This record gives sequence, C-alpha cells and structure tokens, in this order.
Amino acid sequence: MKDRSDLSVEEINRDLLDFPLHKPLWFFGVATVFVAFITAGLVTVGFLVLVGVGVMGIDRPAMWAFLITNFVFWVGISHAGVMISAILRLVHAEWRRPVTRAAEVLTVFSLATAATFPFLHTGRQWRTLYWAFPYDFWRGVWPDVRSPLIWDPSAIFTYLTGSTLFLYVALLPDLAVAREYARGTMRKVYTVLSLGFRGTARQWRLQALAGILLSALILPVFVSVHSIVSWDFAVALVPGWHSTVFAPYFVAGAVHSGVSAVATIMALMRRLFRLEKYITPDHFDAIGRLLIPVACGWLYFWWMDFYFGIYSRAPDEIAVQFARTFVYPYNILTPIFLLAGFFIPVPLFLFRRVRRNITAMLWLTLLVNVGMWLERFIIIVPALTYKQPFSFSWTAFSPTWADWLMTLWGFGLVLLGVLLFAKFFPIIPLYDIKEGQTIKAEVQIGRVKVPAVVRE
Amino acid sequence: MASEATRRTAVLGLFRSAEATADGVDALRAVGFRDRDLDVLTDSPFPEGAFGERPVHHRLYVFPLMGAACGFAVGVLITVGTQMSFPLVTGGKPILSIPPMINVLYEGTMLGALIFTVLGVIFESRLPRRLDRGYDPRILRDGLIGLEVKAAGDQVDVARGLLRQAGAVDVVGAGTEARGER
Repeated sequence: MKDRSDLSVEEINRDLLDFPLHKPLWFFGVATVFVAFITAGLVTVGFLVLVGVGVMGIDRPAMWAFLITNFVFWVGISHAGVMISAILRLVHAEWRRPVTRAAEVLTVFSLATAATFPFLHTGRQWRTLYWAFPYDFWRGVWPDVRSPLIWDPSAIFTYLTGSTLFLYVALLPDLAVAREYARGTMRKVYTVLSLGFRGTARQWRLQALAGILLSALILPVFVSVHSIVSWDFAVALVPGWHSTVFAPYFVAGAVHSGVSAVATIMALMRRLFRLEKYITPDHFDAIGRLLIPVACGWLYFWWMDFYFGIYSRAPDEIAVQFARTFVYPYNILTPIFLLAGFFIPVPLFLFRRVRRNITAMLWLTLLVNVGMWLERFIIIVPALTYKQPFSFSWTAFSPTWADWLMTLWGFGLVLLGVLLFAKFFPIIPLYDIKEGQTIKAEVQIGRVKVPAVVRE
Repeated sequence: MASEATRRTAVLGLFRSAEATADGVDALRAVGFRDRDLDVLTDSPFPEGAFGERPVHHRLYVFPLMGAACGFAVGVLITVGTQMSFPLVTGGKPILSIPPMINVLYEGTMLGALIFTVLGVIFESRLPRRLDRGYDPRILRDGLIGLEVKAAGDQVDVARGLLRQAGAVDVVGAGTEARGER
C-alpha cells in the first residue's frame, strides 16, 4: 500500500463517524429514490398477491424467469462479503482494512433481498407462510429434506445468520466508540449494542481470534450456499442444467459479481462519504488485480458448461446451447454478457492506469454486474423455453412491467439497506484503521523508503 | 459486607504512549501487584505483550466444537426424525436418503458452530458489563491508553502514585465512577 496517510485517532473518529452522527441533505434525496424503488416493488407485490404470478411474463414452460434470475444474482452479490472479508482477514492482507465492513454489509442486505424472490415467486404467498411459520406440528407432516427446496433455505438461513453475526462481532468495538460520541436516543442504542465493550487486552485478543475463527467457519458455508443454489438447477430434469461443473461455475460467478459489487460500492462510498483518505487508488488496484484471475476462472467454467453441453451430443443439450447462442433474443444477450462480464473489463483491468482510475473502475465493475445478471438470465430462461416432445403449451418468455419493477425492488432494498446501515453505523471499521496506523512503518532500503507493516 | 481495607476498587491511569504504559505495568508488578490485578485498555488492538501483559487464557476453541455438535444433533433430528415420523415414500427414493441429508446436516453443523463461536466471544470477553468502573471515555474518544489497577486499602494510593510516576496524564477512579470524576 503506497497511498498511506498519517491519521490521528481524533481524525479517524471524526471522519468515520461524521456520516452516522450527522445528517447531510443528500442522504434524504438518495434515500427517497431508493424508497421509491421499493414502493414500486411493493405495489407490484400487491398485484402479485391479488392477481397471481401471471402479472409477470412467466408462462408454460418458462415458469422461472426474472424473480429467480434476481434471486441467483443477489445471492451471487452476497458472496462479496466472505470473499473480501474472510479470505483477506485470514491472509492478513493490509488493504482489507477499509473494505471489509462494506463487503459484509453488502452480503447481509443482498442475501436478505435474495430470499424475498423465491418467496414471492411461489404464488399464493400466504400459503407458503402457512407451511413455513409458525409450523403446524399437529399435522404430523414434515418438510421433505430430500428436496432441494429445503436445502436452499437451510443454506441461506445459515449464511445470513453467520454473516450477520460476523458483522456484529466486528462492529462491537466501533459501537463502543460511537457510544462516546452520540447523544440522546442513539447513545442509548449504541450503549446497549456495544455490550459494555471497553477495549481490554482480553477483548481485543478475542476480537482477533473471532475474526479468524468466524472467517474459517463462514468460508465453507459461502461455498456451500452457491453450490446448493446451483443444485436447485442441476438436480432438475431440465436440459442445459446438468453440467457437473455447475457448483464451481456458480461459485466463481458469484465471486466475480460480488467482488465487482464491492468495488462499485467502495467507489460510491468514497465519493459520497468523502473517504478519500481511507479508500485510495491502491484499493482499486488490488481489487482489479484480484478480479483478473476470478474472471478467468468464471469464464473457464462457463466454457466448460457450454463445451460439455455440446460434447455430450445429446440432442436436448445441443438444442439448449444452440438456443443460448443463435436464437433471438439470446443471440444478442449472450455476446452482451460475455462482453460486459469479461471481454471489455478484464483486458482493461490489465492496465495499472485503469485499475487506479476510480471512475473507470466504478463503470467497469458496474458493467461486470450487468453482464453477470444477463448470464444468470441466460442460464435459466433458454433452458426452460426449449420445446420438449409432447409439450402441449409452449411460449417464449417476455418480461412485463411487473418483472422490471421487481428487479428495481431488489436494487432498492439492497441500496437502501446499505445506505441506512452507513447512516447509523461506521461503514469503515475504525479500530482496524487505527491498528493499521499503529503497526505501519517505513523501511529505508538504499535510497528509497518502502512502506512496511510490523506484525507479530 | 467487606471492610474498607479489603474492598477492591479500580484505579485507572491514562497514558499517551505504549512505552509509558508498559513502564507503569512494570512498576506496579515490582511492588507486588499481580497480573490479574492489572488490565490495559486501548482503542485498537496492539500486538500481544506490547505492555508486558500476560498472554490471555481462554476457552474460545471449545465453543465452535460444542456448537457444531449441537447443530449436527439438530440436523439429525430434522433429517432423520421428521422422515421417520411420517415415512412417506416419494419417487421411489429411500426414506433416509443420505446424500440429500448431508446438505441439511452440514448447514446445521455450521450454523451451530457459528452461533456458539459468537456466544463464546461474548462470554470470554466478559460481556455484557456495566461501564461504571475501570473505564474512561477518553480511551475510545482520544486514543489514550488506560491501565486499570484493582487495589484495596493502602494499595490504592500506592497505585495512584506509581501510575503518576510512570507518566500517566490523569488518574481516575478509586471509589468514584470513572466517567463522572473529571
């Protein structure tokens, strides 16, 4: 890390608690936009409940479309938190410090948002609720654990609970600092949430161990969640979903979209919260370099899925791959997702000047996620719209206003969630930045001074 | 009720540097204060042993193991118990089909381990606790380093003197609430 500033404790506290403890005018404007997205989504949900899932473009045989695409997309984004936070903590990467919390927050809100989509997709949602909670034990009928529809909620529940606890434990020391600055009701809230944390040697030691232990525990969960999401597809009988690389393909795609989303959020945070001293071009440089192998891995798995689809010489599989590549509109969407997800951003990430240009990284990482959303759509819809023998009803999928508004609902929920979190809690870990200041050093080698880190 | 001589109170010395704090720890040890009477409070993690404090002993590693065992047991109850209590054959598959059960067992095990780890961190950190003794807001606000000494009777004045001698910018506590004394 070359771009390092000397920061005092008071300066760090003032800078990083400025947004949670004050109310800039733009906050209300931006929050209103996101609330409008959510309101539009709520109106659509109202239609969905009153009229039924038919208000969306789904019809036989493509009964999974935008809602499930959004579900897979947001589960993918949620992998950012673990990828950045847990792995970088475990390897003691110095550049993790200002990044980890935003990544964890993004995980929690995108996962919670993702969970709303399959629920809304079920149709007659009140019956889904009736079957799920509170559970009617008197019936003596239990959920069938042999069904992937049970695996999925169990994986998402574990990951959401784990990520939330991971976020809370790392937030404890900063809640204690916020407690000392806040006034009125918020002071009481921070006092209760910080549990009386006061920064003893024991408490810091356990914080460090918790970071390592929780990272090590949550990493396998992160891999399992997107593997299980991929098995929602892979264990079905639909052609085009049978490749054995589906689980690692989904995980690699999730990491690609998640890490890109973290870069996007960091660029926005840097600008909106004036965090130029904390989030530097070095961080974007590091994320850009990380994205190159991740994107290559994802492209490799995409190619394996496509290649083995053709190599199987099974007519159904070939027909699905043909549809994905040559049939309108997928023949347009497939090149777009490949260009947006890989062939435009990744060659540009090879250039240091691009990686260190924050505006360029903002747009390129946004582009990656446009590509990744389309990739999920291309995985799901063409495979379902393939006309199988003895089909009595067959229509192509075309989205309606409800599909688009539900997509907006997802973005509104995640963005408002992250913004509200940043409004009430420090989005950059204060103690982590302070620790970085304590252990940093400069080593003179010949005629050059090299930034270094002192570590146990 | 404990007498005045045996009632232990917390004296808190506030330092600007880690070196001065370590000197304070050494001075207090030299006059007979034990490691368990001393605690160092900082606003961020310092390398272990930076103040000459003894290594922290804890049982945190037991918690994820206990949690994993509990989570696995709940997973077995859900997967085996529910299927056995209503043995409905679906699609010709066995009632207890191991491969799909592994998913739920795995998630249950990990969930248990995660929850118990967090409970372990809170428990081993001696939280939750009230902040009426042995704490000063300047530690987290201004980055001062606190050296807390638990002392009784005449030791209180000895501790206060030694803390000042070691370079404490302020000494608070001893019978009054640290937060209200300034």
